[in-house]
Amino acid sequence: MDFSLSKKHEMARNLFKEFAETEVKPLAQETDETEHFPAETVKKMQKYGFMGIPIEKQYGGQGCDPLTYVMCVEELSKVCGTTGVIVSAHTSLCADPIQTYGTEAQKQKYLVPLANGEKLGAFGLTEPGAGTDAQGVQTKAVLDGDEWVLNGSKCFITNGKEADIYIIIAYTDIVEDKKGRKQKKFSAFIVEKGTPGFSFGTKEKKMGIRGSATYELIFEDCRIPKDNLLGARGKGFHVAMHTLDGGRIGIAAQALGIAEGALERTIEYTKERKQFGRSIAAQQNTQFQIADMATKVEAAKLLVYKAAMKKAQFQADKKTSYSVEAAMAKLYAAEVAMEVTTKAVQLHGGYGYIREYDIERMMRDAKITEIYEGTSEVQKMVIGANLLK
Amino acid sequence: MKIVVCIKQVPDTKGGVKFNPDGTLDRAAMLTIMNPDDKAGLEAALRLKDQYGAEVTVVTMGLPKAEEVLREAIAMGADKGILVTDRVLGGADTWATSTTIAGAIRNLEYDLIITGRQAIDGDTAQVGPQISEHLDIPVISYAQDIKVEGDYVIVNRQYEDRHHILKAKMPCLITALSELNEPRYMTPGGIFDAYDAEITVWGRKDLKDVDDANLGLAGSPTKIAKASDKVRKGAGEKVTLDTPDESADYIVNKLLEKHVI
Repeated sequence: MDFSLSKKHEMARNLFKEFAETEVKPLAQETDETEHFPAETVKKMQKYGFMGIPIEKQYGGQGCDPLTYVMCVEELSKVCGTTGVIVSAHTSLCADPIQTYGTEAQKQKYLVPLANGEKLGAFGLTEPGAGTDAQGVQTKAVLDGDEWVLNGSKCFITNGKEADIYIIIAYTDIVEDKKGRKQKKFSAFIVEKGTPGFSFGTKEKKMGIRGSATYELIFEDCRIPKDNLLGARGKGFHVAMHTLDGGRIGIAAQALGIAEGALERTIEYTKERKQFGRSIAAQQNTQFQIADMATKVEAAKLLVYKAAMKKAQFQADKKTSYSVEAAMAKLYAAEVAMEVTTKAVQLHGGYGYIREYDIERMMRDAKITEIYEGTSEVQKMVIGANLLK
Repeated sequence: MKIVVCIKQVPDTKGGVKFNPDGTLDRAAMLTIMNPDDKAGLEAALRLKDQYGAEVTVVTMGLPKAEEVLREAIAMGADKGILVTDRVLGGADTWATSTTIAGAIRNLEYDLIITGRQAIDGDTAQVGPQISEHLDIPVISYAQDIKVEGDYVIVNRQYEDRHHILKAKMPCLITALSELNEPRYMTPGGIFDAYDAEITVWGRKDLKDVDDANLGLAGSPTKIAKASDKVRKGAGEKVTLDTPDESADYIVNKLLEKHVI
């Protein structure tokens, strides 16, 4: 087993790092402070192909593997968690399910502009009454002639309002299970911004990743073409769960990036900061803390990269499952991100609590990685259920 | 249009500089980057390719690991890469380098050759113009803007206190300033393609119309007597005095002591 990256992956990492340092880092603080969606950065990422890294070339993507995509989200998140999640939600939650489940016509119409970055994507599953419990989804789609009619709402949607193409999960049928209990059957749909009956509710004010646009989506007799059903009718739950498996690798990469960014800054800071006539890096407590942080970051990195490689195996052989690897990577990387950023603030002392220092923002950004695309508890459910079935 | 761009892999100054016992750079031991002026030259070629359509071939001379810089150029959009590498070519100064590069370019068809003005390791600015002499074509150095009109290039040449607008018939050679443009980034897909691409590797035997007496360390008129890295100065002495007069007196005394004044 060789843990070193190939030369092309090294070169890709250098590209993402240079781009992040030059184009993203200078805007990170302002993006957070003003809650301004970094549209200009997204345009630049479009120009350089960052919005379609793991998508096949024939559909306008870069034709790279999941590991390259993961390194992109990781490097962006080292300097700006907001920019990392914009790419992750767009790629993993919108472009990827169309690549996996879309018809050729859907791929031509929707995947091509998503992969070349002309259009931005988003994904809507969560509702006020349905997060972890998917059966709570109230959004309903009814087939009426050649159109589906959607009614309901989605909340906490990343890239909301800024996106052009949305994957929406709604229930289309109610069936009875063996015990006579009613079960909703879900389907996935592709919905375009601007469709009559599709509007946006309030923009959420968040603790972290404040530049990412998080909106409520509202569907009121929203009619979409029959052909915009993504995957088979009644198989939407499978589409959603599989999409989230991939999404979790993206969020794990975001969490990893935040942790690495915080660790790098803390190493720099502790070398510069002097107390009692010497740098605090010379204190054993600092060394032990940094050692713990770095070890956990490294372990998280191995889990995240392994999950990405497992997803690559899935692309070659669709029978391969990467659910457990993705859940483990996300669970661990998110917890490491929270722990490392908290320790980083502590090692920065008072300055760590001040907004001028990136570390304060990183601690706020880290928290969401333990919550969205399945909380840490959901990841444990996924891992446990798979091991104990 | 066919454009040849000469690029060089140079030490990344962020990673520190290391020398061989003979005073030449230990290139194998250093972190490297594409020389900034060369990168601007490549970007200029790629813009001409975007605008007029062109085939861009990048050429470099160096250690086998210099193929990395060719792959970087291909990932940015160049079409082909040629690595000139051979033990007998090592330790070359500007004369031996330009002889070698010209010997390689003689095998190629070209309308335009673009080089960087100078490399950040040698800082001579000689190789580009020397190549044009070897190939007997016009050279326009310090290009800040390049346009193509039919068989001619129109170049804005930047000097410190003036600029010239020059027109030359192709084929010709242009040396580019890093101020010429903002080079593009690579693309992730471009990187994957670059690693699938075949790099042409040429050695001494592939060079056309060159004399061994003009190659490598032996063929280099320049001899390096001594080379050293910048020596870090100490932290210095910090003195806090009560009044500006006392501070001025202190400085003057120190300067007298060191015979500066």
